[in-house]
Amino acid sequence: MDWQWLIGRMNLSYLPHEPITMGAAIGMPLTLVAIAAALTYFKKWGYLWREWITTVDAKRIGIMYGSVALIMLARGVFDALMIRSQTAVGGPGGSQLFNTDTYQQVFTSHGVIMIFFVAMGLMFALFNIAVPLMIGTRDVAFPFLNAVSFWLFFAGMILVNGSLIFGGFSIGGWLGYPPLTELQYSPGPGVDYWIWSLQVAGIGSLLSGINFFVTILKNRAPGMTFMRMPIFVWSVLVTTVLMMIAFPILTGSLALLSLDRLMGMHFFTSMGGGNPMMYVNLIWAWGHPEVYILVMPAFGIYSEIVATFSRKKLFGYKTMVIALIAIMFFSFIVWQHHFFTMGSGADVNAFFGIMTMIIAIPTGVKVFNWLFTMYRGRITFASPMIWFMCFAVTFTIGGVTGVLLAVPAIDFQVHNTLFLVAHFHNVIIGGVVFGYIAAITYWFPKMFGFHLHEGLGKAAAYFWQVGFLLSFMPLYALGLMGAVRRLDNYSDPSWIPFFIVSAVGVVVVGIGIACQLLQIAYSIWKRKELHATSDPWDGRTLEWSVPSPAPFYNYAIIPEVSRVDEWWYQKQEGVKAPKDSDYKDIVLPKNTSFGFVIGMTAFVGSGALIWHIWWLVVVSFIAIVVMIIMRTMDDFTEYTIPAAEVMRMDKEARA
Amino acid sequence: MLVACTVIALVTLGYLLVHSAHFDVLQPAGAVAKSEKSLLIFAFSIMMLVVIPVFIMLAVFGWKYRAGNNKKVDYRPEWHEHKLLEAIWWGIPIIIILILATTTWITAHTLDPYRRLDSKAAPVNVQVIALQWKWLFIYPDLGVASVNELPVPVNTPIHFTISADAPMSAFWIPALGTQIYAMNGMSSQLNLIADHVGAFPGYNTNINGEGYAKMKFNVYSKIDKDFSSWVESARKSPNMMDEQMLQKISQPSTMDGTSYMLMDNNLYNKVIMKYMKGTASDKDNSTTSMQHDMLNMEGM
Repeated sequence: MDWQWLIGRMNLSYLPHEPITMGAAIGMPLTLVAIAAALTYFKKWGYLWREWITTVDAKRIGIMYGSVALIMLARGVFDALMIRSQTAVGGPGGSQLFNTDTYQQVFTSHGVIMIFFVAMGLMFALFNIAVPLMIGTRDVAFPFLNAVSFWLFFAGMILVNGSLIFGGFSIGGWLGYPPLTELQYSPGPGVDYWIWSLQVAGIGSLLSGINFFVTILKNRAPGMTFMRMPIFVWSVLVTTVLMMIAFPILTGSLALLSLDRLMGMHFFTSMGGGNPMMYVNLIWAWGHPEVYILVMPAFGIYSEIVATFSRKKLFGYKTMVIALIAIMFFSFIVWQHHFFTMGSGADVNAFFGIMTMIIAIPTGVKVFNWLFTMYRGRITFASPMIWFMCFAVTFTIGGVTGVLLAVPAIDFQVHNTLFLVAHFHNVIIGGVVFGYIAAITYWFPKMFGFHLHEGLGKAAAYFWQVGFLLSFMPLYALGLMGAVRRLDNYSDPSWIPFFIVSAVGVVVVGIGIACQLLQIAYSIWKRKELHATSDPWDGRTLEWSVPSPAPFYNYAIIPEVSRVDEWWYQKQEGVKAPKDSDYKDIVLPKNTSFGFVIGMTAFVGSGALIWHIWWLVVVSFIAIVVMIIMRTMDDFTEYTIPAAEVMRMDKEARA
Repeated sequence: MLVACTVIALVTLGYLLVHSAHFDVLQPAGAVAKSEKSLLIFAFSIMMLVVIPVFIMLAVFGWKYRAGNNKKVDYRPEWHEHKLLEAIWWGIPIIIILILATTTWITAHTLDPYRRLDSKAAPVNVQVIALQWKWLFIYPDLGVASVNELPVPVNTPIHFTISADAPMSAFWIPALGTQIYAMNGMSSQLNLIADHVGAFPGYNTNINGEGYAKMKFNVYSKIDKDFSSWVESARKSPNMMDEQMLQKISQPSTMDGTSYMLMDNNLYNKVIMKYMKGTASDKDNSTTSMQHDMLNMEGM
């Protein structure tokens, strides 16, 4: 009997064959079974469902984003270790640790996971954790939508990792240029896994972007004008604008590519009137703003951290805002610098090159402002500040090589080489990762009521920094020697030592991550000793005025704001205890399982698209529409906590 | 200890740099790559004017204003604005970027890959086709072709036209300069010159499938006499490059360097036209007009 209508193109030949992927394919389900067994044994399923899976509390959603992102970081670094182990032994006469197909899948998934599921994940974690608290509100504008965003992100994450178990991943690099990713060259399910994981996670990101944009516009505490917002909130605001403009381009270009693949259309094929150059333009029209989407919140974080730990007002608040807006604007008119070598004329290349350099000006100004925030300050080098110092060094180097790459005639000689690889890791690790780790350390006590262990945190920072230099400085050199990216073997023996040093660097970064995992475990174990007060860093912004951990309602009484760094000045003037009459009824959104179910249905539907199981595609699509309608019809999505109860809880939390 | 580790690592690295490696980009063998190298060094140096002061300030401010510093230092928690200082650090980067932007504009034109090189010698035309996973070089005027080896006469401009019968690939000879994408149905151009005799590696820089890492070739820059004798021997080669042979080597595989006698002068155009067919209507004489359009696209 023909089962194709039921299971599409699934068959057993798609099971993994390589030892390393087989290991992952067996290990991952086993881990899940172990977790499920533990949950059953400790009778935690109900807790997990009630308190986490169905939650619409931004802080909890933030914590879930962060947890997924940290697990994905481990996966991404393992991919990096595989890549650099292979290049360390891949010299002349060297060996293959695994076959080229696996190698190419690994660097593709490394890029996808690090950008979409680590960097974006940590970024949304921080948005959720910090933004509502910083602007003095109880939740985001659309709490249910927030849950949907998270579960779409989660669905995308399962798709990427699921490809390891069944079907394999794309070999086309993280942006999958056609025609390599078209049916002609890649007929298998790998590219479809890549498309649908990005598509589903990307839609989640777009929804989140809208959500936080509206939250910042509408939910700010009374008196908090735009020019009184913390700089982190400013950075989130400009980031969400970028998201709302850029992410539809990603959705659109992936949709066109999937139409090519599913229905034999010709948007980006080489034949039939298609044009792959169109795809390259579109994907970078999203891809370039995307890197600014990642780094601008990090800029915001550094602004908060430097001011707090220098115990001094941020230098040039207005300039910082202007710089953020300038970067936002320019980031949309530089995309062509990713393909100076595609044969555009000299005028076009020169224009985009110059626009790119212009971004260096506001970015440089931000660095000077941070430096002069430190100037005449009282700097405490707690671990967030250590991360800032590592950032300042690393990111500046990355900025220099970035400007080099922005000169078309220099780019002609280093494009798509390991020099380029070193550059973007320089800015993404130095800028984004260091910033987000600093932010996690900084806001951790606000979430959990205890500190992360300082010593292990500092050790992690040093290992990361040294490991980073060892990994990527040799890559700059290799690029100038002619080593192109994405090689698994090479014939020049003089490259071998450089690749070995780079592999050692990845191991050192791995030790840094081990320190962080240990730090989390140790801090949970010693949480009593690491107990944090409501304002452990002597902070400047509103989130430090509520108890730690922040209560589920964030603020018992919505604060009023009359200046930048409101909390800092309130402390100087003496914080007044609230009167009983200040407490009002609080309205909060109820938990709902729709977010989770919609996300999981999107996962099933995407899986069906990947495997061409058409009936299931239709069923999932209809199910999602029906669930959205049902949710829209539900009039009882909120509940009220009476003022007296709020007062009781608040007094208890502050006691 | 960490500092010590870093120092040891850097010293080791420095030693390796000096002794074993060949930096094709920094040790160029042609005029184009030479200009690109000096541009790289110029841009890097001018940026150091900002970067070095930043690093110094970072270290000095971090040390001087640390909380544990016992010496009495200024602490001004409210000091957050200074018009002159801000003007300085908007101004200096703006000046530097102005200089770099001017340089960028000029060099984007002088080093435009499509621009013909100034030379007394007549250029040699080479048609390049990226295949899965090897490079085919056709010398239409000389009646020869080769795979994965590119003999060129020294001190003579080479005019490349580049296309592909493979996923997007990129053609790059680091010692000579400027890489450019090779794409189906399109013809890119590149002008390079070698100014001394030698062998230089060439690469594909864009992922195009399984054999990507092995898609390498060698450039042999020869004095005129040696180049002519290579052409002569290729012309007498038993290997003939015609449509049949092209079909054969277009199959996904990797190959060693081979020379061919060129039997079909129109091979390059045929490869491009393969990708044009889907758009051409079959009832009129559109083939010629398509070809015309295609040739115009070279200017893109």
